Amino acid sequence: MYAQMIKSTGEGVKSLDEMDPQERAFQERINANDKIEPKDWMPDGYRKNLIRQIGQHAHSEIVGQLPEGNWITRAPTLERKAILLAKVQDEAGHGLYLYCAAETLGVSRDQMTRDLLSGKMKYSSIFNYPTLTWADMGAVGWLVDGAAIMNQVPLQRTSYGPYARAMVRICKEESFHQRQGYDIMMKMANGTEAQRKMAQDALNRFWGPSLMMFGPSDENSVHSAQSMAWKIKMNSNDELRQKFVDQTVPQAEYLGLTVPDDTLRWNEERGHYDFAQPDWDEFFDVLKGNGPCNTERLEARNKAWDEGRWVREGLLAHAAKKRAAAAQVAAE
Amino acid sequence: MSSPESSSYDGTENVEHGKARPTEWPLWEIFIRGQHGLSHRHVGSLHAPDAEMAIKNARDVYTRRNEGVSIWAVEACKIAASSPEEKGPLYEPANAKVYRHPTFFDIPDDVGAM
Amino acid sequence: MTQPQFEFLTRLGDNTLVLGHRVSEWCGHAPVLEEDIALANTALDLIGQTQLWLGLAGEVEGKGRDADTLAFHRDVWDFRSLLLVEQPNGDFGQTMMRQFLFDAWHSNYLAQLMDSSDSRIAAIAEKSTKEVTYHLERSSDTVIGLGDGTEESHVRMQKALDRLWPFVGEMFVSDEVDAAMVAEGIAPDPASLRGEFDTLVNNVLTAATLTRPQDDFAHKGGKTGGRHTEHLGHMLTQMQWLQRAYPDASW
Repeated sequence: MYAQMIKSTGEGVKSLDEMDPQERAFQERINANDKIEPKDWMPDGYRKNLIRQIGQHAHSEIVGQLPEGNWITRAPTLERKAILLAKVQDEAGHGLYLYCAAETLGVSRDQMTRDLLSGKMKYSSIFNYPTLTWADMGAVGWLVDGAAIMNQVPLQRTSYGPYARAMVRICKEESFHQRQGYDIMMKMANGTEAQRKMAQDALNRFWGPSLMMFGPSDENSVHSAQSMAWKIKMNSNDELRQKFVDQTVPQAEYLGLTVPDDTLRWNEERGHYDFAQPDWDEFFDVLKGNGPCNTERLEARNKAWDEGRWVREGLLAHAAKKRAAAAQVAAE
Repeated sequence: MSSPESSSYDGTENVEHGKARPTEWPLWEIFIRGQHGLSHRHVGSLHAPDAEMAIKNARDVYTRRNEGVSIWAVEACKIAASSPEEKGPLYEPANAKVYRHPTFFDIPDDVGAM
Repeated sequence: MTQPQFEFLTRLGDNTLVLGHRVSEWCGHAPVLEEDIALANTALDLIGQTQLWLGLAGEVEGKGRDADTLAFHRDVWDFRSLLLVEQPNGDFGQTMMRQFLFDAWHSNYLAQLMDSSDSRIAAIAEKSTKEVTYHLERSSDTVIGLGDGTEESHVRMQKALDRLWPFVGEMFVSDEVDAAMVAEGIAPDPASLRGEFDTLVNNVLTAATLTRPQDDFAHKGGKTGGRHTEHLGHMLTQMQWLQRAYPDASW
């Protein structure tokens, strides 16, 4: 789905004149919209930031399987079950593409996984919220995927070639995700009294966390400025959040649902909606590990990893035996 | 989705691209030929214990939407790649041979499509 | 002769419904990403086959029940799934062993069904065969790989085989429904498929260095609905909950 950019490791943005010739040549290539490829020279900070960002993005896809996976066995029709399963499977695929992109930077998937499981690397805060009713499957697709797409579409133009190519494939595959979510919401919003209530309740619970997905305001952040200079971040957090609100409010109106924000109103002058900031204290609590589901999410990933060890080792051992047997035959 | 090549980096517990530690499945690069007769194209990478499983995994990972009819899997560490420093010597000589491109030749419009 | 054919079709559809559900339980929890994705593909195939089999069952029955009604509004005693597919996932080894044993029967059964005198059944079998051939390839590879892997993986696979073997025999029991299907040229006699199954399973188990259990005792009661496992009821409480709790809603 998408990774929140919380911290960067850069030390401010240098001007071209301050750079040594190698770095300057690198920055000029980026300015000219050249793609940086794995074997090209790159500054250490660029590599570190990318590993962190792509890694977080990959982890978000993997942990993001869990809240929706929570409803696969309770999906109300065979078709809904198939659609949801296909969607959650796509998230696994997207995690895989992203890990592979990060691997071209010289880090292994196993190491990134260990860093996720130990809590050293982060994933998007949104997946620490519980999915409590079937309408949450609608809300997650509509709002969470909707917010993710805002971020992912511009990342198709990011400067690092493998990352950009992964994003192209991901965006192509994700095109049905938000629609299936909205489709569920339409069914619920036009359904029985109980379904309507579920739909409104889901919007109430996911609105704030969806706004948080873009991260806190980064207007004055040096780190964000550096990431934008490197074109590994394409828009400011506030810019994307505004775009999301502008797009989503009319969609909620169409459903006949109420966005849980008393201050929400159209600002003619700005040509945008004014809206209330989400609860940033809650956001930082979730980041610290105090979200409603942080513990369960990491437990689930750790369990899958630990209990899968014998499988990974078993198949590897068998492959080694087969290779040895083939070598034996060749030698004879 | 990434790239069949990688750069090395000592900032993490690092291995050469595709050279797995004993506990990790090796990395494979996947090439798929679609239905329209074009040649195999690099679509991405994945991990698998051996070549047979790499092809099966590729079927599951990269052809979920009927994208391909033929799959190649190459162990990532077996791929030889040109290095960026060679860019000049490898490609620049070709730039001089402009006559290899059809637009080099002016053919009068009266001749028709060619 | 609607009744036996309805019965026969629900057997096919309930097998894929129940196994598809079981396999889907792995989504997000598999030992490695590539396996997570592959398992989801298997589950998706099985759910798709369920829609076809139960859809046709409802049509043949002619009482206005569609695939969803059959899947979500029947209780345990109306289910006709094999006891094998009701078994819990256990560890990954047990899941893959269950898959392999089922695939080995399923692929052969479907191959025969492609010659069914009923063209609708033949058509569903033909579509399903392509999917199930791949399921079998993948599950037998995994059983071989893990059986002949490390000491731990070998022990786990042998345990899974021993645990599931008593549920193999039910796949080859013929009853009056099967006899009616055979008489009309609709489906093969399950008992006639045992030989080929044994050859295939023996080959894979040998390659996997696993020992086939001596005792061929078979639990029965799934395909007739006479006595299901306790597991099925629990599965249905989850699977059918939304439909049952909000019967007037459409989703």
